[in-house]
Amino acid sequence: MNILEVKNLSKNYDGFKAVKEINFSLEKGEIFGFLGPNGAGKTTTINMLTGLARPSSGAIQIAGEDGIKNIKKVQRIIGIVPDESNLYEEMNGFDNLVFCASLYGMGKKQREERASRLLEQFGLATTGKKLFKAYSKGMKRKLTIAAGIIHEPQILFLDEPTTGIDVENARQIRRLIQTLNNKGTTIFLTTHYIEEAERLCHRIGFIVEGEIVKIGRTIDLLQEAQKEYIIEFTLENEVEPLKEPIQKTFPGIHVYTIDHFHLRVSSPEKIDLMPFMKFFAEEKCLVREARIIRPSLEEVFVKVTGLEIDRLKKEKEGEKK
Amino acid sequence: MRKYIAFWSILWKDMKTYYLKPPNISWGIIFPFAWTLMFFLRSEGAVEIREILPGVMSLAVLFGTTSMLAVTITFERRSRSFERLLLAPISLNLLMLAKTSGAIIFGILNALLPVIIASLVIDLSGINWMSAILSIIFIAVTSAFLGLFISVSASEVFEAQTFSNFVRFPMMFLGGLFLPLERLPLFLRFLSYLLPLTYGVDILKTAINGNGIIPSGISFLVLVGFSLFLFLMSINNIQKRWIY
Repeated sequence: MNILEVKNLSKNYDGFKAVKEINFSLEKGEIFGFLGPNGAGKTTTINMLTGLARPSSGAIQIAGEDGIKNIKKVQRIIGIVPDESNLYEEMNGFDNLVFCASLYGMGKKQREERASRLLEQFGLATTGKKLFKAYSKGMKRKLTIAAGIIHEPQILFLDEPTTGIDVENARQIRRLIQTLNNKGTTIFLTTHYIEEAERLCHRIGFIVEGEIVKIGRTIDLLQEAQKEYIIEFTLENEVEPLKEPIQKTFPGIHVYTIDHFHLRVSSPEKIDLMPFMKFFAEEKCLVREARIIRPSLEEVFVKVTGLEIDRLKKEKEGEKK
Repeated sequence: MRKYIAFWSILWKDMKTYYLKPPNISWGIIFPFAWTLMFFLRSEGAVEIREILPGVMSLAVLFGTTSMLAVTITFERRSRSFERLLLAPISLNLLMLAKTSGAIIFGILNALLPVIIASLVIDLSGINWMSAILSIIFIAVTSAFLGLFISVSASEVFEAQTFSNFVRFPMMFLGGLFLPLERLPLFLRFLSYLLPLTYGVDILKTAINGNGIIPSGISFLVLVGFSLFLFLMSINNIQKRWIY
């Protein structure tokens, strides 16, 4: 059963089409990953679904309600965790949660109980009386998620939940997302981390320049990717100038760079290593390593977005900073 | 019931986070105190203190409300915590009423200080207190909505403060606070009738000294009109600029 349905949803800003007639739906109880490079339209889509932006055209249905006309009614059953923590710096963790609960009309006793329970669940019980501004990035992120689910929403929108936080906190947050989903919360997740989407999401939609270019079950996307054969070369030389000559010499092969010294070649056919070794020798390039790669969702992302992995990594690094 | 819980929580949160903070309490006390002292020291006798009391009270309300809204709205908008309120299942009207109520209360309390100081120096008998209190409430509401209108148009706190000064200072000189309207040149007098504070001060003058020149009923109606206009314009601006 679909809990969210989006039909021909568009958003224009002064003539610029940020989102172009996208269509998708969310099944009740699933984790749906929404992936795309920076500026692809992920946050604009979330803003339209949650009432922070007005769609230029199209329709949104959430739990049977019109998500545009009756957005205030819809906001009762959705929770939002934005990409940047937006709680009150001058309030402590507990008070922040209690305040957020009050916005949903919860009584004093109920909101205090719920806040205490969430602080416990998120491992923040001992820091509940600390000011939010004194929290670490990871703690801030966890409290923001706790604030997003204070009213036990049916759908939770998570915008880049693990961007910019340390590995341990990111792992804990992924575990929390999993637990929430196991309890029945439908989750709409945007992330830069392909491996995170691969691990968490039941289905994934890829958005590029405001358009959904691919949508499917994670398992199907992976199977599709794994039909490809990939070899990664680590060279002593800069790999960028070699891209074009390789493409010309091996026409059926897709070539892309990972960083300055790593490049990958992929093909639906099995790849013979020797012609490549010969090519590099002729180009006077020293190959330090050649290894077969097990295709992952990252390859699907590269294929459907047209983005190379090094740009994606740079974007991730930029987000962290 | 649910929406009143949200309303009260937003108001209480603002009171705790902003208004009851020592710098703001001291601002709320020191600022009107300084104004009062400055004008009272300049006045030569008890009669003159009573003459300038409506102006000082109005100024205390005007500066108190508009300054605080620049912080509670523009600052929260900048830090993105305002988004949390926009995402809550409460109407925009109720949300903005909750946000401005703190400033209204702050403004009313600011107006009390000149009265307390004046009561120590002069005899305040014969004042129509009901009318004076009502006018203070109306001035506070109108000033708060004026502050809201300015805050919604600004993107930084300093910008909101600058815009506020563009409005506050002309009102100080043209609103009949210290210079009677009838002494202003005709074209300036016309301008002063376009300022909401003129009507608030006039009601206060009638209530305190019986020398207002506009019938109080009309002044109250004009203030209601200004309040409604500023509030609706602010809501319209929020919908256009913040729910983009």
